[in-house]
Amino acid sequence: MDTQYYIKSYCKIKEAHVTFNNNIVFEDDAKDLKSFLKNIYKHLALKYAKFFKMDNLSKLAFLGAELLLQDDEKDTDRDIAIVLSNRASSLETDRKHQEAIQDKEKYYPSPAIFVYTLPNIAVGEISIRHQLKSENAFFVFDTFNAEFLCNYATVLLEKNKAESVLCGWVDVDGENYDGFMYLVSRKGKIKHTIKELTNLYQN
Amino acid sequence: MEELKLELKNKIIENLNLEDVSIDEIGDNDPLFGDGLGLDSIDALELIVMLDKDYGIKLLDPKEGKKIFESIEVMATYIAEHRK
Repeated sequence: MDTQYYIKSYCKIKEAHVTFNNNIVFEDDAKDLKSFLKNIYKHLALKYAKFFKMDNLSKLAFLGAELLLQDDEKDTDRDIAIVLSNRASSLETDRKHQEAIQDKEKYYPSPAIFVYTLPNIAVGEISIRHQLKSENAFFVFDTFNAEFLCNYATVLLEKNKAESVLCGWVDVDGENYDGFMYLVSRKGKIKHTIKELTNLYQN
Repeated sequence: MEELKLELKNKIIENLNLEDVSIDEIGDNDPLFGDGLGLDSIDALELIVMLDKDYGIKLLDPKEGKKIFESIEVMATYIAEHRK
């Protein structure tokens, strides 16, 4: 594992701010997460009606991927693996599904909600949007696990499973959200190390 | 019948999260699937649940939906004839 890999770009969606490579690209005072995510979508001038059908976790991951892949689409062969992680899995949507089936007399599970009762659906939404047929995984940890993600992405690149890896932490639990996503590649200025990842996530 | 058609358009926009679509953009005879509103298979299931929940109509065979959900006009006619 001698090859050096780099964090080509990174973004954060956190505390009503969206940053890309440490530059603020959007800030908002939306009253709730759903509105905030919708406002980001509009700010980025996206045209993708399916966005509105997604749950908040998928929307968060989708928007992060949009920021990271918007320029990348032009100059790569799109061999991009996806490795995401979070703490709450799909708990927010799981709760909504539970509510829909709570009443045994009025039992109306919503298919549109049910399909999002897995966190890796967020990976699927990104793959569909960017036509990726690549390696992917979604892991659940108590906190952002820089060591695991760094090692996992490195192995994927070392084994030639992908040209680059879209990694990150996308967590949604109620109105609490935390998005940190980054693209690992053979090109870039920031070294892909546990220390750098920890630093970027925390600062 | 006009009231029911308007109600259906509102429900479809709300239940299927068609945030970029307004009521005026849905013609009574526009196809709901394919080239029309572009609804997908999950939307079809959601419409089946809506028929049951809001109008007491149970579609036992999901394939029936293909004809019933052809357009707002067809849907409204079917609901008017079968609602409980």
